[in-house]
Amino acid sequence: MRSIKYAAAVAALSATALSAQAATLDDVKARGELNCVVSTGVAGFAFPDDSGKWSGFDVDFCRAVAAAVVGDGQKVKFVPTTGKTRFTVLNSGEGDILFRNTTETMSRDADLKLSFLPVNYYDGQGFMVPTALGVTSAKDLDGASVCIQTGTTTELNLADFFRINNISYEPVPVETNAEAQTNYLGGRCDVYTTDASGLASTRSTFENPDEHAILPEIISKEPLGGAVRHGDDQWFDIGKWVVNALIAAEELGITQANAAEMAKEAGDNPSVNRLLGSEGEFGSMIGLDGQWALRAIEAVGNYGEIFDRNIGPDTAIALQRGLNAQWSDGGILYAAPIR
Amino acid sequence: MSEQTVDSYTAAAPQRNVVSRIWNDKQTRSVIVQIIALILLLLFFGSMVRNAIANLEALGKGFSFSFLSTASNYDINQKLGWEYDSRSPHIKATLVGISNTLLVAVSGIILSTVLGFILGVLRLSKNWLTNKLAHVYIEYVRNVPVLLHILLVHGILVHSLPAPRESKDLAETFFLNKRGLFLPTPETPFLGYAILLFFGLVLAGLVFSYFFKRWAQRIQDETGVGYPVFWINLFAYLVLPILVTVGFLLFVGWEQPELKGFNFRGGGVIRPEFMALWLALSFYTAAFIGEIVRAGITAVSKGQTEASLALGIPRGKTLSLVVIPQALRVIVPPLTSQYLNITKNSSLAIAIGYMDITATIGGISLNQTGREMECMIIVMALYLTFSLLISMFMNWYNSRIKLVER
Amino acid sequence: MSDNTTTPAGQDYEPGTHPDLPPPFTASGPVKWVADNLFSSPANIIMTILAIFALYKIIPGFAAWAISDATFLAADRNECRELGTGACWAFIVQRWELFTYGFYPEAERWRVILTFVLLMVVIIGLLWENCPGRKHVLRFALIFPFLAFWLVMGGFGLERVTTDQFGGFMLTVIIGVVGISLSLPIGICLALGRQSNLPIIKYACIGFIEFIRGVPLITLLFVASTMLSYFLPPGTNFNLLLRVLIMVTLFASAYMAEVIRGGLQAIPKGQIEAADAMGLKYWAAMRLIVLPQALKISIPGIVNTFIGLYKDSTLVIIIGLLDPLGIGQASLADNKWQGLSTEVYLFVAIFFFISCFAMARYSLYLERKLDTGHKS
Repeated sequence: MRSIKYAAAVAALSATALSAQAATLDDVKARGELNCVVSTGVAGFAFPDDSGKWSGFDVDFCRAVAAAVVGDGQKVKFVPTTGKTRFTVLNSGEGDILFRNTTETMSRDADLKLSFLPVNYYDGQGFMVPTALGVTSAKDLDGASVCIQTGTTTELNLADFFRINNISYEPVPVETNAEAQTNYLGGRCDVYTTDASGLASTRSTFENPDEHAILPEIISKEPLGGAVRHGDDQWFDIGKWVVNALIAAEELGITQANAAEMAKEAGDNPSVNRLLGSEGEFGSMIGLDGQWALRAIEAVGNYGEIFDRNIGPDTAIALQRGLNAQWSDGGILYAAPIR
Repeated sequence: MSEQTVDSYTAAAPQRNVVSRIWNDKQTRSVIVQIIALILLLLFFGSMVRNAIANLEALGKGFSFSFLSTASNYDINQKLGWEYDSRSPHIKATLVGISNTLLVAVSGIILSTVLGFILGVLRLSKNWLTNKLAHVYIEYVRNVPVLLHILLVHGILVHSLPAPRESKDLAETFFLNKRGLFLPTPETPFLGYAILLFFGLVLAGLVFSYFFKRWAQRIQDETGVGYPVFWINLFAYLVLPILVTVGFLLFVGWEQPELKGFNFRGGGVIRPEFMALWLALSFYTAAFIGEIVRAGITAVSKGQTEASLALGIPRGKTLSLVVIPQALRVIVPPLTSQYLNITKNSSLAIAIGYMDITATIGGISLNQTGREMECMIIVMALYLTFSLLISMFMNWYNSRIKLVER
Repeated sequence: MSDNTTTPAGQDYEPGTHPDLPPPFTASGPVKWVADNLFSSPANIIMTILAIFALYKIIPGFAAWAISDATFLAADRNECRELGTGACWAFIVQRWELFTYGFYPEAERWRVILTFVLLMVVIIGLLWENCPGRKHVLRFALIFPFLAFWLVMGGFGLERVTTDQFGGFMLTVIIGVVGISLSLPIGICLALGRQSNLPIIKYACIGFIEFIRGVPLITLLFVASTMLSYFLPPGTNFNLLLRVLIMVTLFASAYMAEVIRGGLQAIPKGQIEAADAMGLKYWAAMRLIVLPQALKISIPGIVNTFIGLYKDSTLVIIIGLLDPLGIGQASLADNKWQGLSTEVYLFVAIFFFISCFAMARYSLYLERKLDTGHKS
């Protein structure tokens, strides 16, 4: 995206950035509260309920980080953002960490100065159409009106897809998922495109979900993950290893219910012991205490529990694990070992 | 508004110390105050620039407009004749945005002026019912934020219009549905010719009407014979060009919108986003203009009308020669600020996805490139330019119609 | 009343003492009123018919949708649809508190209510001249801003509430009240500065005013949300609401300055010259002679600027603050209530209408009261 010379300049300047923005951990601890950047409302991922309490898949990751850092999963201040404002909010220091169905891309990493945490949801951009239109493939969409959230990678993928396949379309840009929903259901557009998980989540909120189909084509890779600002490696490590710990916890069979039990004394499995703090000094390596992972798991459960509770097959969103199963179950979730 | 201290006062107190003497001298004091203000201003801007440089460096971002020539990677639905696609550079996206902003601003100004004058007249009408209806309308519209109007009109349009397949049609030529109003357009080269022809004729008509008006004035001064100058001129620079252009267009090929697949193809389309923004802005601003017009007309004292009628000037001429010119003097200055408001409020397009400046360069481009500073500078500079142009035009018009003081 | 001396047959009164007869049926009462006001000329008749037709087309349908066919109590949208074909106000009823307080902690909401009540007391005291105990209220008004800040934000014994939990009407009122009370003094200073004969101050003020008036508020809000932190010393970072408040206040002050400049220009030069002749210094002359008159003349304009500022506070949703409109849009993402945008918009519209209309009426009243007849 940008010239080599520019990249070199960035590298040279990152030292300044480090001094300017280090110590997010200290700020958060002093504040006693984590500022977490989320979306303004995507069912299953992040949304306020009737009483204004936030819940969802992304929200749970925020709570896990808060539990690990300040000791309480409820000590989170949610900063709702649109696709447009999310990075500036993070970069301005208003948010400490971002969990907002955000795709990891090279330009966001290098040019927007974000460090991406491990992927917590493997996604891809799909299309949803009313079944009444009788469309079975995205290639049949010639001339369709497509609702699309601005400021997202989906906007760019869409332009590329239609260009490559040499078919025309009318983009209908909207700001938020809620607006997209209103426009799509209102019939302003024939197709709604966003990440497949988002489509499933949106479809689940419809009066008659059966009347809408998600087309088989996935036109992009969308590895969704959390992100932090460049320049604070300690804080980046905390985010990274909290996510890894939640994924590893599922692999190791540690759940919200049995975590405290398993942590009481060192068991036979050294991996479990290292994760739960009964063996080694892993917490202090990232500036936390030994129980960081335990608190995170106790607050929100392991990856599988988070998934099932918010977006799993038994919820209204009804997403299958698919790619997001553990590597041992045929998925590609593969947490780096804690050792 | 001068801080006057009588000079003799200072002179009478020579024994005071130097500081107090300097402070009490008007000239020196104003110089000192200004120097201090200047220093403070420079410090303020200097520190802002320094901070911006430091912060941008810390983030590793430079300050350069070179991103404008890289591919934008996104599509825009309303292109207004620009050859734009996702490979075009950001600068072209900006140009498309500018034309979209100008389109909605100009059409909004026209519609709101027409509606506003109608409302103003209705407010003065003797008919109690229409008077009150206009009043209720004005009060409702003025007291609700324009953003809400835009969202509401857009929501109503999208929800109440039929789907493309059930389009309402007028003589199988115009089609109205959720995707917009589809209408036939002249085939490609002819539309351009027609526009050129129209504006050429308008220009010729304006030149003609200028000389005709002077000639008619001379004749009237010499012989007292009056010509209906206004109507003849209106015919010359508006009606005639329209007639000729329409005539020309009737003989060229037309492209019909046709339902193909999901949508209508061919012809032109007015999208619901444009309609919503245009209508909402016009309805909103018309309420303000209505009140301005009412105030302007009531400001012309009744005696003027009576005097004019007493002189035997017919009612129509009284209105056009006595009342309206005087009312315009009161109306034009506040009207200018309403026109400015409509232009600035068009930036709310972003709420419903109309691709104006704020949504293209200030929205998607800003977001995809992360160049907040550069993009916002461009956006603000553009709006400032528009505001300046409108003010200049209206000031020129105002100086033309204002009272000539002798 | 005739001077006839002959008394026609059947007349039972003396000449000159004719009793006042009621005017003919067609020249009085409702009939005359209708004839005069609705059917006085063919054009009028047509307009009346058109107006009645329009009312007939709009009112019954709207009333049915909004009231008789509407649902006021239901658990979700589907229940609404079963209970009635009209509007689903149940959504608003259910989320009433969210619309009012945003995410303000439930246990602490009494603080918001208390602040609002105190605000009302202050406003009534300021606006109503014959209010009992006005002196005390005015004295209280001086400490009110600090008290309100403490009550709403917490600290010193109260639980702290952060600004991101603000939302709904509460946020609108906060932006409105802060903007209104700060933009007036700043606007006065800018207007005086623009009239000043010190060129540097004059041109600085002109530059500021014309810049702010030349760009849309939303670009300024974008600056507040994305760029403002670039202009501050590295490491400083203050909260979004504060940044928005600053921008909104600056925006309103530029408009206020122009309104007040209009008032200043209307003050005859003689007034200032007289003040000078009396030996009054600049600020004394301004405070005692020029401003009281200028402000009085500008009252309608000032209130209009207030109303504009208050309405413009809805734009904050574009940068992610959740005012009532924002709360509404976020709530529409909830699958229970999805698709009810018209209800939300109308509800918020009614709220704004009531508050702005009240302000406009008060300004009219004030205008009449302060009109001491200097104008012809």
